[in-house]
Amino acid sequence: MSFRTLLLGAVSTLALAGLAHAETLTIATVNNGDMVRMQKLAEDFTKKNPDIQLEWVTLEENVLRQRVTTDIATKGGQYDVMTIGTYEVPIWAKQGWLLPLDGLASDYDADDLLPAIKDAVSYEGKLYASPFYGESAMVMYRKDLAEKAGVTIPEKPTWDQIAEAAKKMTDKSTETYGICLRGKAGWGENMALLTAMANSFGARWFDEKWTPQFDQPEWKKALTFYTDLMKEAGPAGASSNGFNENLALFQTGKCGIWIDATVAASFVTNPKESKVADQVGFALFPTGGVENHGNWLWAWNLGIPAGTQKAEAAQKFVSWATDKAYTELVASKEGWANVPPGTRKSLYANPEYEKAAPFAKITLQAMNAADTSKPTVKPVPYTGGQFVAVPEFQGIGTAVGQQFSAALAGSIKVDQALQSAQQLTTREMTKGGYIK
Amino acid sequence: MARAVKTRTKLTFTIIGWTIGFLIFFPILWTFLTSFKSEGTAIATPPQFLFFDWTLENYHEVQSRSDYGKHVMNSIVISVGSTLLGLLLAIPAAWAMAFSPTKRTKDILMWMLSTKMMPAVGVLVPLYLIFRDWGLLDTRIGLVAVLTMINLPIIVWMLYTYFKEIPGEILEAARMDGASLAKEIVYVLTPMAVPGIASTMLLNIILAWNEAFWTLNLTAANAAPLTAFIASYSSPEGLFWAKLSAASTMAIAPILVMGWFSQKQLVRGLTFGAVK
Repeated sequence: MSFRTLLLGAVSTLALAGLAHAETLTIATVNNGDMVRMQKLAEDFTKKNPDIQLEWVTLEENVLRQRVTTDIATKGGQYDVMTIGTYEVPIWAKQGWLLPLDGLASDYDADDLLPAIKDAVSYEGKLYASPFYGESAMVMYRKDLAEKAGVTIPEKPTWDQIAEAAKKMTDKSTETYGICLRGKAGWGENMALLTAMANSFGARWFDEKWTPQFDQPEWKKALTFYTDLMKEAGPAGASSNGFNENLALFQTGKCGIWIDATVAASFVTNPKESKVADQVGFALFPTGGVENHGNWLWAWNLGIPAGTQKAEAAQKFVSWATDKAYTELVASKEGWANVPPGTRKSLYANPEYEKAAPFAKITLQAMNAADTSKPTVKPVPYTGGQFVAVPEFQGIGTAVGQQFSAALAGSIKVDQALQSAQQLTTREMTKGGYIK
Repeated sequence: MARAVKTRTKLTFTIIGWTIGFLIFFPILWTFLTSFKSEGTAIATPPQFLFFDWTLENYHEVQSRSDYGKHVMNSIVISVGSTLLGLLLAIPAAWAMAFSPTKRTKDILMWMLSTKMMPAVGVLVPLYLIFRDWGLLDTRIGLVAVLTMINLPIIVWMLYTYFKEIPGEILEAARMDGASLAKEIVYVLTPMAVPGIASTMLLNIILAWNEAFWTLNLTAANAAPLTAFIASYSSPEGLFWAKLSAASTMAIAPILVMGWFSQKQLVRGLTFGAVK
């Protein structure tokens, strides 16, 4: 046998082995604690499915959003599983960019998903993404500071009660601020909070004919309340504070009250990271005169782009990462407090979880209270909660967010900010063909 | 004769110079220090400067989560590759513009530079589609091609300014001696322009190394360079400042060391043509 034949044989054997071997799934995810944990635990999946290999692309949320949107819109086919938010799921499903998840494992148990979350990731009755973790928003406050100030925060507070408590807790001489709220411009930053807050004041983004409503008294009331409260009891430079900045402030003991995503609860009660871990109390998102707790609802979900060649393997992975067994896997390796929250009823029925996570009860109440099909008391033509589920919202939300951030910084007046918001939203919605 | 400068003036300028230098360098120093802190210490107020528990935990964590070596290799291949390819195209172009200019040369130079004025995102979708159809998505070759195109105007401009300083008579003399065009460029022009070419090369390697739009948007798992490596540690929901700092330190270390060793060339590259 000549050397060349030998070489040829060797090469073909290798090639065949390669063929018989693995399918590689490319998974795009965001960088947060739960996703990083999933990446660490993925060995469990590859052990059970030796013919599937995993490649991870972890990116910062906004970079990821831009990256996967380009890929899915052009059918680039770079990813087999994508991490997407509840904002994208209905829009992308409608475009036909996502595969319906009809091949999930038999023990997936879709009925166990929290109803609000299940609705948010379904389109025309079909599941288009599988929730990995979910969140609503709630009040987190310092029990010790509240006691010192002589205030109590009820389980269902109103904005007036929050304002009163925040003012009393503020002690600027020790850099203790009564309230920390998002101020950094962005549709997923200050506008998430302000839209939820506006909902709780009875405001709405659009009326039934898609006419923007920033010229209505409810918005003025909400925005004035927000800027006044922050001026009196908020930290300096609040207009550049987002989730992370407020998290850092709260964890280092500088905030009395922080109203934000429920996922923050697991950070601020973690004694390794937070100085105030044993002093945190929880309450529902405040109401402002109408029976509405803001309707904040968000989940990071795993979806499968329509352009993938590996749909079957991708569904296997999605089942593994989001079923009940995964929850148990995390609990056994990292403890119940680290289980991804906010997606399944069974988790909240689990006494061990309730023991490990003091925020479980309020989180569940907040999530159940959120109704994305009816975000505010007045009738609206859109769905969503802390956002409006139309493709134009990213752009409009951020532009309006810049106006409101400027109002918070004091560089423009509340009336001016609302007027600009009204104008730019009207212009964009007319351009988008919503306003005839 | 140089003007006599008082010691006090000298001292003042030295102090001002060092202060400005330190201020510019401070963010990098702070990133470096933060990379040795725990996540808790990283957000501490008041910030701790040097007296904290130094830990290598972040570096371990970053190492275990991402394949640093692969990202570094990609960065090297992409930045060096695109720079070399760029030079190959730009040297003849700059030669032509410097030594046999026409009345349109200035316009062409301006036009080349004007392509840099368009926001990159404007051509993202068309380029993405071309890359998809040609199978270039997430490949090093694709990125080398894109970065070459992006940096070509700068390379041509830099070389052009440099070539302009070389007296055309020397090339004429070579021609008189019977050198062909190729020989003239390779044996006469290039050796004289080596310092200029070297500084152009260094600057472009740095530009390509730091390019963070195309390298993020056209890659996924295989060709992702260090920019993607850093982006994977940034997060709007959750504090990973120490880990992000560790990843950033690791990402800038190679290019920082390279810059350190080639400072002289770089300064020449950035200032040539400034004094005539």
